[in-house]
Amino acid sequence: MCPVLENVMSVRSVPTVVQLFTGFSTVALSGFGGVLPITRRTLVEKRGWLDEAEFVELLSLGQLLPGPNIVNLAVMLGDRRRGLPGALAAVAGLLTGPLIVVLSLATLHQRYGHLPVVQHAISGMAAAACGLLVAMGLKMAWLHPKNPRTVAVALLAMAAIAGLGWPLLKVLLIAGPMALLWAAREER
Amino acid sequence: MHDESLWPEIAWLCLMISLMAIGGANAMVPEIHRYVIEQRGWMRGDEFAALFAIAQASPGPNVLFITLIGWKVAGWPGAVASTVAMCGPSSTLALLAGRAMARNPQARWRRVIKSGLAPLTIGLILAAGWVLTRNTVHSWADAALCAVAVVASLHGRINPVWLIGLGAAAGVIGG
Repeated sequence: MCPVLENVMSVRSVPTVVQLFTGFSTVALSGFGGVLPITRRTLVEKRGWLDEAEFVELLSLGQLLPGPNIVNLAVMLGDRRRGLPGALAAVAGLLTGPLIVVLSLATLHQRYGHLPVVQHAISGMAAAACGLLVAMGLKMAWLHPKNPRTVAVALLAMAAIAGLGWPLLKVLLIAGPMALLWAAREER
Repeated sequence: MHDESLWPEIAWLCLMISLMAIGGANAMVPEIHRYVIEQRGWMRGDEFAALFAIAQASPGPNVLFITLIGWKVAGWPGAVASTVAMCGPSSTLALLAGRAMARNPQARWRRVIKSGLAPLTIGLILAAGWVLTRNTVHSWADAALCAVAVVASLHGRINPVWLIGLGAAAGVIGG
């Protein structure tokens, strides 16, 4: 089977630059608490801009690279369909609307943050948001295959940052090569 | 408070962080905390936690937290500069990698990087949870709310925004 041909056949429509902007705006503004699920539903199922296989390919590559996963995905999809203008339009669409919303909320918070009711609401929200982040870490750790390498690397990175307060650059320069070399030996 | 002349410095910080951000913006919480609070004293821990909560309660990608940090430090110029600086280098890399991948989809380097960096990312996210908890949880009520969010989130596919809303309601009622 030819994967390239299969891809082309199941992609139902090729978005224009403007559609890339509006499509990613829609996705971003309707994605509360994580944009990823709604992105897949909208772009793959509803609009047919890419098929499941390409979505998984772009997403896993986006997760592999540094930077926000969803922004990376938008860059790569926009570039594949419409070149550099497409990539820029997709990212601009993804960020512009949410940026305006989040800054409006922050401005409201700045204006009314002195009110006790707002302070209590925000501190409750912060405690819940904190729990979500802790749960995310635990879930990732739980689901990931555990062997001496993965457990050691994760614990060392966590201890260096949370325990010793090391700068990220130092952690990545020391633990990064170690993690990659160890993985390369395992993969051979 | 806001000092718009600080926007180049916050942009520089984000530029540095961009290519280190394996695991996305959430994994960068400890590094941003270290710089803006411990080194520069630009905000308090509870303000940092409030910005994180506002970003989580808004629609859109997690990187908005970086936008809010930029805004808090340097106003609107800081918000735009930090967002662009955070996404610019990583997006350029994604553009190049996406093109390389279209030519060579089964590269071995990809498997090695993925399996090598995954545990590192997990460690960063766990550290982020710890750093944020230290800034957020100051009472038994906070701890209880945080624990409820952890359990509910681990347990099922509940939309996070409901948990944030629950937190706001519980904060108002309890406070």
